[in-house]
Amino acid sequence: MTTLNKINYLLHLADNALIIGHRCSEWCGHGPVLEQDIAISNIALDYIGQARNFYQYAAEIINSENDPSLGFVLPATEDSLAYLRDTPDFKNNLIVELPNGDWAVTTLRLFLFSTYQFYLYNQLVNDADTQLSAIAEKSLKEVTYHLRWSGDWVIRLGDGTEESKLKIEKAIEYLWPYTGEMFINNDDSISSDWNKKLSSIFHDATLTIPAKSWMQEGGLKGIHTEHLGYILAEMQYLQRAYPNSEW
Amino acid sequence: MEKNMETIFQDKIDKEIRIEPKDWMPEKYRQTLIRQISQHAHSEIIGMLPEGNWITRAPSLKRKAILIAKVQDEAGHGLYLYSAAETLGISRDEMYDQLHSGKAKYSSIFNYPTLSWADMGVVGWLVDGAAIMNQVPLCRSSFGPYARAMVRVCKEESFHQRQGFEILYVLSKGTEAQRKMAQDAINRWWWPSIMMFGPKDDESPNSIQSMKWKIKRFSNDELRQKFIDVCAEQVKVLGFTLPDKDLKWNEERGHYDFGEINWDEFWQVIAGNGPCNKERLDARKKAWADGEWVRAAATAHAAKKAAKRTAA
Repeated sequence: MTTLNKINYLLHLADNALIIGHRCSEWCGHGPVLEQDIAISNIALDYIGQARNFYQYAAEIINSENDPSLGFVLPATEDSLAYLRDTPDFKNNLIVELPNGDWAVTTLRLFLFSTYQFYLYNQLVNDADTQLSAIAEKSLKEVTYHLRWSGDWVIRLGDGTEESKLKIEKAIEYLWPYTGEMFINNDDSISSDWNKKLSSIFHDATLTIPAKSWMQEGGLKGIHTEHLGYILAEMQYLQRAYPNSEW
Repeated sequence: MEKNMETIFQDKIDKEIRIEPKDWMPEKYRQTLIRQISQHAHSEIIGMLPEGNWITRAPSLKRKAILIAKVQDEAGHGLYLYSAAETLGISRDEMYDQLHSGKAKYSSIFNYPTLSWADMGVVGWLVDGAAIMNQVPLCRSSFGPYARAMVRVCKEESFHQRQGFEILYVLSKGTEAQRKMAQDAINRWWWPSIMMFGPKDDESPNSIQSMKWKIKRFSNDELRQKFIDVCAEQVKVLGFTLPDKDLKWNEERGHYDFGEINWDEFWQVIAGNGPCNKERLDARKKAWADGEWVRAAATAHAAKKAAKRTAA
């Protein structure tokens, strides 16, 4: 892996964590019941923490390269990477930037994505890069909980009331085209493990896995949905409006 | 008989023996505490909104994480305060109904808007600061579950207050625009903060009985004075000013004198006419209504699971 590829890969992991964390944090104060409000805020916090670890590591490499032609603000920091890159620079998967929708979309998205992360981090734990493997190991503990929590909700909503079943079926329809992108550039084993986990949870939830269909992609290349621009406009506003300030 | 019970009850209180949920207590004591604790719980939950307003716009990843953790702490406070109130024989759903219908009140301070990032600093410093001043004595409330909940609440609140002060400290060392942002936030929050101690003592009808029951330990005016004395010194560290031209050290009293509070505004905000009363309550009602199908699904699924277990 070239250094630039390495940086881009770390930014991809960081951007995924930051954007899904940002989406989860939008629920803070608005959850369906107090205990779940606390749970999803906690998940948001875990993700912001993961993003910080990946950004810090990426910044370290960028700074040691010290090469302006790489296109990063120097010196790089976790904040310059999160707040001073624009939409085409972000490398997150499209699925994480989609709006929260209702509780069904939010929990299903988290289930689909954290299942993927679970298997991915399980591989990264064995990466030759010890810093990356250490971050993966720490994150894996958190993602294991996210997966359990969101999987439980998929089951509750699928096997709950008629209304909840309808809502989660709609959520599946909405999110499904965004699931394929997660497996680009990854080992086949991740996608087959993901499918197995999905089958088991959907079975308990009495839900049907959709047929193979056309998949949306582009996030890895910086071609995003219209939603990311609004997330960044909001998130980056203070850093952009008051440049070179300490907060 | 009742008379006798009441004497025993008051005797326990006078000896600083905690009242526990299963102990006999006068009905008025129970009702006063339900009102006090549920109001406090509602204030935590409504209080999540003005700060939650800045989570998605926090200026750095560290600040974002701290703010989420803080708002999440408020949710936790709400949770154990609701639980403390439940020991008095009211359910959380009933308390929510009272909040949503407007029957129950919450702290008026949260009916003010958070307009800039500096408000996150000021809310921590002044609003949490005033809350702590009010709440530390409640750790010795005569009602056990409330007193114990307050020990934990106060620990976390004092952490929040330091975080708020630190946000302002960083702004005070920052650019001219940042200092202006901070001073503006202090100007907007100062008077509402000192209103948090409630009406003047001679206009506070429930205070005497509450003092006797030791669910209130200091008067509104005593606590307000203490708060003003502390803030008048702390603001100097920041190099900002408090927006009160009458604020002046009084050697003779050993306290700061301060200007007249706009009590008209105070009563108007309580009556529902603050800048954000409607928005805050609507946000809570919406969250609760939108969550109804989610709670119903969870209940239905739990019942199915239990039935399966019984069948097996």
